[in-house]
Amino acid sequence: MKASLFAKRGNPAGGNLFHYLLLLAVSVVMMTPFVWMVSTSLKQPADVFVFPPQLIPSPIRWANYAEVLETIPFHLFYGNSVYIALLVTVGTVLFSSMAGYSFARIPFWGRSLVFLMLLSTMMIPNEVIAIPMFLFMRELGWINTHLPLIILPIFGAGGVFGVFVMRQFFLGIPKELEEAAMIDGCSRLRIYSTIMLPLAKPAIATLIIFTFLTSWNDFFDPLIFINDRKLMTLPLGLSLFTDESGTSWHLLMSASVMATLPLLIVFFFAQKQFVEGVSMTGLKE
Amino acid sequence: MTTLETIKSEGPGRPFRRKARKTRSLNRGDHLAGWLFVLPMVLGFVLLLLVPLMMALYMSFTDWPLLGEAKLIGFENYRTIAGDAEFWRVLGNTLYFAAGLVPLNIILALLLAIPLSKNIRGAGFFRTLIFIPVMTSLVVWSIVWKYMFATDSGFINQLLRMIGITGPAWLYDTRLAMPVVIVTSLLKNVGLNMVLFIAALQQVPAQLYEAARIDGAGRMRIFFRITVPMITPTIFLTLMMTIIGSLKVFGQIYVMTQGGPSGSTKVLVYNIWERAFKLFEFGYASALAYVLFIITLLLTLAQWQMRKRWVLNES
Repeated sequence: MKASLFAKRGNPAGGNLFHYLLLLAVSVVMMTPFVWMVSTSLKQPADVFVFPPQLIPSPIRWANYAEVLETIPFHLFYGNSVYIALLVTVGTVLFSSMAGYSFARIPFWGRSLVFLMLLSTMMIPNEVIAIPMFLFMRELGWINTHLPLIILPIFGAGGVFGVFVMRQFFLGIPKELEEAAMIDGCSRLRIYSTIMLPLAKPAIATLIIFTFLTSWNDFFDPLIFINDRKLMTLPLGLSLFTDESGTSWHLLMSASVMATLPLLIVFFFAQKQFVEGVSMTGLKE
Repeated sequence: MTTLETIKSEGPGRPFRRKARKTRSLNRGDHLAGWLFVLPMVLGFVLLLLVPLMMALYMSFTDWPLLGEAKLIGFENYRTIAGDAEFWRVLGNTLYFAAGLVPLNIILALLLAIPLSKNIRGAGFFRTLIFIPVMTSLVVWSIVWKYMFATDSGFINQLLRMIGITGPAWLYDTRLAMPVVIVTSLLKNVGLNMVLFIAALQQVPAQLYEAARIDGAGRMRIFFRITVPMITPTIFLTLMMTIIGSLKVFGQIYVMTQGGPSGSTKVLVYNIWERAFKLFEFGYASALAYVLFIITLLLTLAQWQMRKRWVLNES
């Protein structure tokens, strides 16, 4: 696929220098903070302010990382972020694919009305309802628990987006597959779980990526619902650490490296899936 | 069902009416099954979105302190907002951020996507690099850039010092703080729109370009007469997502400037958060939140209208 495209479109000579210069410039600007982050994370406190700046610190101070881990419960932040993002992803995939299948394939009473209602709320920023949500969660005694961070995204804008993506995908699956199964006496639940879901792997992959990233990066909700340090997610814990450590940049950068690296490693291995999944949602619109 | 009917019934305004009527008699159990499948989502939607949305509207008409009784005060909050210099400043800052970020984001994303969509040598490599910030946590990204722009030890000012320039105190300068936030937000998110544009550009049939070239059309003409019209749906999608995203900007402001210096980067969501969860003025903050809601609503409606007129080849 790649090779054929390459051959067909070719590599026109004119204008390419500009393209490469632009790509190179943007890439360099984007990579600089990462290089600087890693470099600083290994510096001694005094070397952070040294001029001219050292790219490769001497001596290299690995102890920064240990120091961060002693200062803040980093492993807890990490664990909280991972398990919340996983649960949100599982819940979103399950409920969105169920609803998406029904909206695409089961002709039930009120279907178009309900779908339009869902769709029209997709653009509502969740900051708009944050205040009643806070009071509601306080009534339920869910402040300082992970429940709002798990349940709200599943049924909020993220979930509705999921319904939309899944419905679009199911609409494109040939009806004959389903009809054959129905003649064999399969129930809707069985058709959904044994025929439709396995077929929807590409759409599910896209949804997983989007949902996981959104939850992993969410900052506003944890800021509102969590005060207990042990319960904080990575972004919230890091922002608190920023306030506390002031300009201990070497420690802040060590913390940033630890927060970034695992996800980037996953990204490098799943790069193709990631980028193609993202593109797919754009085209499906 | 004929192809034409399928297209019609699945067009934007009326998703399935026709299809539903045709198959309704097939299976009566479907009504129940259909509802059971959507039930969790619909229940969640009503309880966790619709009800709070109504509740927020109600709260915006009250004086609602953290403890003690809520009091209905009619349009008082909205009147206060309209007369509040801080609100207009915050709204202005939000629009400044959006007006700075959105065009830069769309143009840069398109400029990057054009070569990368052609599978030039190294396309995969550049695409990955430029997409990495999208994958990075916004809080981490903002912390690192806050450090990059730090006055003494920051990379930018160290770089300037090497060529003999004393750099300014970027994030502590009322004129410079917002541009810094805009540029770092641009770098964070441009990769997402770029990837969407790459996908759209690769869908444009190559024959169109060939035909135009045979007819002797120049580069610019081809771009504006073929490329742009062919990818208008994607341009609209990215435009809307970027505009609404920029109206909700919060994380980078919280981390990098806390709304300062002297309020020069205080944006709408930051103001809502501050009023609601620092000062506990729930009524007033709800009215502010509703202003945000109405702005997004108007934008969405405007988008639907414009789409009808401008977007080509929507199937």
